[in-house]
Amino acid sequence: MWNFACPLIVYGDNALDYLAQVKGKKAFLVTDKNIVKLGLTKPVTDQLDAKNIKWQIFDEVEPEPSLETIKKGGIAVGKYQPDWVIGIGGGSCMDAAKAIILLLARPELEPEALSVLEEFNFREKARLMEIPTTSGTGSEASWAIVLTDTKDNRKLGLGTPEVMPDVAILDPVMVMGMPPQITADSGMDVICQAIEGYISTWGTSMTAGPGLIATRLTLDYLPRAYKNGNDLEARKEMMYAATMGGMCGSNSMFGLGHGTGHALGGIFHVPHGRTVGLFLPYTMEYMINGSEETTAKFAEIARYCRVTSGSDKECAKLLVAKIRALAKEIRQPLSVKDCGIDKAKYEKEIPSLIDRALNEVMTMTAPRVPGAEDLGKIFNYAYAGKSIDF
Amino acid sequence: MAKYLSQEWCDLYKAEINKSAAYEESAKTWEGDFYFITEPGGPVKEKAYMYIDLYHGKCRACEIVTDPNKYNPAFTLAATYAIWKQIATKKLDSTKALITKQSKLTGDMAKIMRYTKAANELTNCTMLVPTEWLD
Repeated sequence: MWNFACPLIVYGDNALDYLAQVKGKKAFLVTDKNIVKLGLTKPVTDQLDAKNIKWQIFDEVEPEPSLETIKKGGIAVGKYQPDWVIGIGGGSCMDAAKAIILLLARPELEPEALSVLEEFNFREKARLMEIPTTSGTGSEASWAIVLTDTKDNRKLGLGTPEVMPDVAILDPVMVMGMPPQITADSGMDVICQAIEGYISTWGTSMTAGPGLIATRLTLDYLPRAYKNGNDLEARKEMMYAATMGGMCGSNSMFGLGHGTGHALGGIFHVPHGRTVGLFLPYTMEYMINGSEETTAKFAEIARYCRVTSGSDKECAKLLVAKIRALAKEIRQPLSVKDCGIDKAKYEKEIPSLIDRALNEVMTMTAPRVPGAEDLGKIFNYAYAGKSIDF
Repeated sequence: MAKYLSQEWCDLYKAEINKSAAYEESAKTWEGDFYFITEPGGPVKEKAYMYIDLYHGKCRACEIVTDPNKYNPAFTLAATYAIWKQIATKKLDSTKALITKQSKLTGDMAKIMRYTKAANELTNCTMLVPTEWLD
């Protein structure tokens, strides 16, 4: 038994007008100060005002939200008792909204306990809407919640299928102002989710479609969106790619690029999309060296994306090369060294990086699961920018 | 061959865990005991309890318990016989079983999630026990 979950997706020009159809009395908006400053909450609150829906903003979400912030949000939402919780922002704000709505239903829980072990039934109180302002994590179409335990410098992968949002609104007006660096970081997250979801051991025919399309859209449109933020077509297609990447990845689980990227991000505080995108080509090479079956899957992606023709291995390797070329074109780091991380500090943390990557569920769903020795080599090769040859 | 849910099976399982270098490495800091509970259904007529005590990469105890009050473990993992069989034969991923509510875990989830590799190795050990299934 397995399932494919996704929200009602409202997309395209004027998608925010869907808010005029929403029924409710009070909305609790979860976002960050920068989103408020950029005026991105205003189109939402204007629509809510027009419907006489009262609202309150919680704008304290930081990048990679901490357990402490979620606790604060949980207290605030408990006092307000809304019938809608609306996440507005990138993955951090949307994940925070998921965690906060779970705490609305179960205020006695610690944020670390927001997992499949608990029953929440939060829809007896409120419904969940997500409005992305970046095209990356696909959090609007996933039930995953990533929080940061700041005491332990560790990212916690939490969530439960119950917290799949009810509604995701993809309005390109919300991403038009995204700066090139965030466009690039978040865009690499899209392609990583799509490819890893496609080859995951949990992947099925249900998840393959969104994975393929998200990969092709990213290869086609990410460079355009990066170079010209006003390219409406590119912005729209990247928004759709992000949501489809989330649908693919969250229903089939991610892979080793996420396992290693999370470990690096947790310790060295590099943005999520940048780290997983950085490790994607290295971990793809590791998969190609280990299995003809996985190589054939990469080849399927490559052919669908019109990257190349030829043998499976040739196609798979050219897909890796294409991803490295994409990263270079949008000025993403090609090695850990390029992230500006000091070699001595990095080497000191290798045991910790290995331990974290080994214990990520996402590592376990990769088609080739490395042991500690191989992981250590992957981390070393990725620092030096050396292709994986084992 | 040892019959599933017998003490003989538990002894073999304990031996396999203690032979596993991969488990030992991945669970070297783990401290915690479990009840693996088989819910009634199919060939299992009454709730069955297997107690397992795991400490620093080794299995200190694995036994069939008739009185569930005998221990008060930190974790319980409950599923039907059919689901346990699928997990033990790697036809069903144990995490997928949890997500789809086919199994139920009680205890500190955050702690468990830091030992994903160890959990995987424990399942690998069940594959090595020559098992006479009850159906």
